[in-house]
This record gives sequence, C-alpha cells and structure tokens, in this order.
Amino acid sequence: MKLYEYEAKEIARKYGLPVPDGYPASTPEEAYEIAKRLNCEVAIKSQVLVGRRGLAGGIKFAKTPEEAREMATRLLGSLIRGVPVEKILVERKACISREYYLSLTVDRSTRSIALLASTLGGVEIEELVKEHPEALMRINIDPSIGIKPYMARWIAEFFGLGKDFWGKLWNFIDSMWRIMRDLDAELVEFNPLVLTCDNDLLAVDAKIIVDDNSLYRHKEFLEKAFREYSELEALAKQHGFSYVELEGNIGILCNGAGLTMATMDLVKLFGGEPANFLDIGGGARRERVKEAVKILLKHPKVKVLLVNIFGGITRCDEVAAGIVEALEEIGSTKPIVVRLLGTNEEEGRRILEENKIPMYNELKEAVLKAVELSKG
Amino acid sequence: MAIIIDKNTRLLVQGITGKEGSFHTKLMLEYGTKVVAGVTPGKEGQQVHGVPVYNTIKKALKKHPEINTSIIFVPARFTMDAVYEAIDAGIEKIIVITEGVPLWDELMFVTHARRHGVVIVGPNTPGVISPGKAKVGIMPGHVFKEGSIGVVSRSGTLTYEISREIVRVGFGESTVIGIGGDPVTGLDFIDVYKMFLEDPETNAIVIIGEIGGDAEERLAHYIRKHGLEKPVIAYVAGMTAPPGKRMGHAGAIISMGMGDWASKKRAFEDVGVPVARTPWEIGELLRKYLVK
Repeated sequence: MKLYEYEAKEIARKYGLPVPDGYPASTPEEAYEIAKRLNCEVAIKSQVLVGRRGLAGGIKFAKTPEEAREMATRLLGSLIRGVPVEKILVERKACISREYYLSLTVDRSTRSIALLASTLGGVEIEELVKEHPEALMRINIDPSIGIKPYMARWIAEFFGLGKDFWGKLWNFIDSMWRIMRDLDAELVEFNPLVLTCDNDLLAVDAKIIVDDNSLYRHKEFLEKAFREYSELEALAKQHGFSYVELEGNIGILCNGAGLTMATMDLVKLFGGEPANFLDIGGGARRERVKEAVKILLKHPKVKVLLVNIFGGITRCDEVAAGIVEALEEIGSTKPIVVRLLGTNEEEGRRILEENKIPMYNELKEAVLKAVELSKG
Repeated sequence: MAIIIDKNTRLLVQGITGKEGSFHTKLMLEYGTKVVAGVTPGKEGQQVHGVPVYNTIKKALKKHPEINTSIIFVPARFTMDAVYEAIDAGIEKIIVITEGVPLWDELMFVTHARRHGVVIVGPNTPGVISPGKAKVGIMPGHVFKEGSIGVVSRSGTLTYEISREIVRVGFGESTVIGIGGDPVTGLDFIDVYKMFLEDPETNAIVIIGEIGGDAEERLAHYIRKHGLEKPVIAYVAGMTAPPGKRMGHAGAIISMGMGDWASKKRAFEDVGVPVARTPWEIGELLRKYLVK
C-alpha cells in the first residue's frame, strides 16, 4: 500500500527527520490559510499515487497566499496522469543547493535490504544511474543485523559531505530503518533529499510503501487499504482476488498468477483479446468463485468468459458449484467456457454436467473455443 | 534419488487440525507419503486421519525421532513462529504452503534458515513432489509420473499444467518443486538447479518462470558462468502482460531493466536454453532434446 506524500512526511517528522513545514489541504481556502500561516513562498503539490507528477504539472509554486489559493483551485479536481487530485500539500519552498537520493528497499534477489544513495537525486534517477553507475552507492543489509553507523560515514563521503553530516545522516538512516521495521514497509525513499542553502539536510519528497500482507497489524492503514485501486479492482481485492483491467472482450478467470498469465498469453497467441483477468488465488471456496464469476460476467466489456482452473488447494467441485450458483443468481446468457482439472475433478465434472455446462479437459481446446466465441 | 524429498521422508504437519492441513494430510497419506505426526498448539491428543497431534514440535520429535521434514499450513500471522519452532527443533527441511505471509517475517526467517543450513521451500508454494516416492504439498498427485525430468517453478497451478504436458508426451518427473510466488523465498532457481545437476535421476530440467523480479536472469547468468551440464528448457508466463505499476524509483534502480518477458527470454536463449511459447511446446522441446 502506497502512502501519500503528506502521510509519509508526517511519519518522517514523527521519527525526527527534517521535512519542510507544511500541511495538506482539500480546498483552495485551506491552501490560502496554510500559505498565510507559513508566510513564505510555498510549494503546492498534488497528492496522487502516481510517479512523475511534477512533469505532469502536478507541482506549483506560489509567492503569496492569494497565489496559493489560485494554484490550489487549478490543481484540485484536475487529473494528473489520469488520477483526480483530491488533496494538495502546501509547504515551505525549499532553497536547494544540492539534490541527493536516499532509500531503503527490500531486495528480493539477495534477501536483504538495499540502502541506495545517489548524487543524482530527482525524477530521472533510474535513467541517470543507468548511464552513470558510479553515481549510485548500494549497501546490502542483512535484515537481522540492520544498519550500522559506518554506513552514515560512507554516505557522507559519497555525497562529498564533511564530518558534521555524519550524525545527520545517521539520524536519517536510523529513522528510515525504524520506519521500515515499525510499519512493515517495503520502501522508504527520499527523492530528493536536499542540501539546503543554509547547509542542512531536508527531505523534500518522501515515499513509503507498506507491505500489503502486513496490514492486519497496522490498523491505521487497514481501513485505507484499497484506495489506490479503481472501484472494480477494490471490490476484487476485498474478495482476495488479483484483478487487472484490459482492452478486449474475453473475461479470464483462473487460479494462480502463473496460470492466469499463461492463459492470457494463450488467448492473445490465438488471436483473442482479454477484457480483464482475475486470479481467484489459492483455496477459493464456492462463495468466492461465485463472486468472481459475477464480477466478470457483469462487466459490459466481457463477451465470453473463459474459466481455467487447475485444482490443487482449490477444489474443482467448489469451483463448479460457484459457477453454477453465479449463473443462477444473475441469469447471464453470455457464453462461458470452462476448463477444470485437478483436485476433486470428477465431482466438479458431475456438477457442471448436471447443469449442462460444457467442460473442457485440454487448455488449447478451451482457449480456441473462447476465442472463436469472442469473434462470433 | 530425487531431490529434497523421497521415500525416506518422514513428515510433520504443522497446522494439521486446520481445514487445509487436515484435507491435505489425507491426500498426502493417500499418495503414500509417510506423515508421522502433526502439531497444533492446544490440540494434543487428537488424531487427524490417524496421525497423532501434539502441542509442540519438541514433543512430536520425542515420540517420533524419525521426523526429518515439516510442512506448514498455519495462517500467515503465525507462520513466522511456526518456522522458527521447526528450525529450533532441528528439522532440516521446511515446506511453507501458507500464502500472504508478511514480507519482513519472510525476510527474517529465510535469512535465519539459510544461516543454519535449513532448507525452506516457499512460502506461498504448492510444495514438492517426487512422483512415486512422496508428495509434500497441495498439488494433485495423479497429474505427475515418476521419471527423469526435474521441474522447478515460481508458480503453482501452472506447474501442474506443464507437468501434465511432460507426462503426456511420455516423460515423467524426478522431482517437481515450487519455490514459491512471494518476493522472498527460501530456495531460488539457482539453488534448485544445482540440486538437480547433482541428482543422477534427473536428466533434464524444466524451468517455469514468470515476469517480474530477476530470478530467471540470475539463473541464466549462473548457467553462463558454469556451462549447461544438462538440457534445460524454460517457459516464462506473462509474455503479453501489461507493464506493471512502478514501485518507487528503488524498484526500477534495482531491477535495471530486468523483469519483463523479453529480458528473460533473451537471457535464457543467450545461454542455450530454449523458451517455449506455450505449455505444450515444453513437451515438444523435451522430445526434440531427449529422444535421439
């Protein structure tokens, strides 16, 4: 789950990290009040969970409270990369002398936490470090050992900062580490982390991503868990599905990410176009299958539904029963192609046969049939 | 021989009284796996399909010192504790079926296990099956057949699909192992690849990858360094997947352009590993490479 910049900065502040003075606002009037209170030139930043918002016009500056109100009016309700701006962050504009990049993130391949520091802070960081690998320093940290003070000295040296920054950088990485651990975060990123004109460090942007699997132990985030998704995606997530919206007309329902992607690949390979795909995950019972079938069949873009289930922890009889119940409930006339194999396969076949739903054994046949129906 | 599990496997089921734990205990017993004991705190004295249940692994081991492998079905929030208990009790192979385990929990117990030389398969894995010998997992046993192809996968159900194709063209599997679908797993492709190389019963290796991460590229890199000692065939799901949502800049910096289908296909083909475009093409490629 991604946190908004203003939330990430509130957390950073709570952990003793320097961030610009500022507050979130939802109306131009609030923006005016905040700017008045700050009594300086302000940055007005759209609070959206998409990258490169600055390049998309999502960040403005204002010298007076009146100007802040005007910029806020322009930003609030506008679309940044397709996402509506509902909140803005109004904060003291920083006087920047140098920009750095600093983050902690989970590095899956080494099963460690990567501390990344760069002298090329800013939005183009990943492109820049590809061309200038020498501008990136990476320290891999054993998660059970954690960060150590020497790392702050390494970063200072790398950034070309003197001894008086050792303590400040230690404060940064120590707090970042504690945020990672306390919040079960998979990313804590300051980009840019700046050296201000008066020679101090300031986190001008902050990004925190909390691990979705850990939300149950963070009640404060749990209630906001689905906000970054579309309505349909959120509904699917609540049921424990992975759902992705695409452009075509074949609805795909599978169990397991790999099989779902493979089925989508096959549909495309045979000339069909998926409307969406939905992975019901492992061990889905009839109730969840029913909800999944309903979500897909009710979707206006879906002309044919292709169900491809290979039962392991998921049981074919439960899947068949869920399909039958969904069809009874919504009375859809859209064609449905079912391919069912694995655990309790015979039971599943019997249930489908009793309800006159054709069942396929071979994936190739099922995909070809679905593609054919999608073109009819 | 097979890898990780074989006919000498003596299994403990952690979370045996739960819905999945008990159902799959029954299926594993039916397959012929020697399930000797189960653990669910507070349920000692019960039996699940004839398997005795204990409160602690310590007690289970005292009564059944032959236990050498554990399979974990406990809910995600108790998984870390269950893994630590198994490691502390001295169990050497732990198969973690549970999905949805918190990332930091995985990081902590996986690094702890590796430091202690304990093999962890998963989390979020279908498990391991050495057909005809033992099944420690949730996969449908009848799909697989004893043979000489080693299969390693990041996926669950797609593994069943491809294993079925392997059987259909007349081969069978030495061992099929799902390393798990989570960002952090106990074993990775390289670990399992090395095990298969050392297994005299494995003549060829099938790798089932997915887009995302760099596990496939790292295996290809390893093969480049050490040479291709047995025939390897790959399949990578997600050829037509839309580009995923970005995870901050750090994700992009770390992956450095790896992770998409084209990158993985190129990495494999560069080291002489053919990449099948459909699950059934794996069968055709195996025939081509193995039947002279």
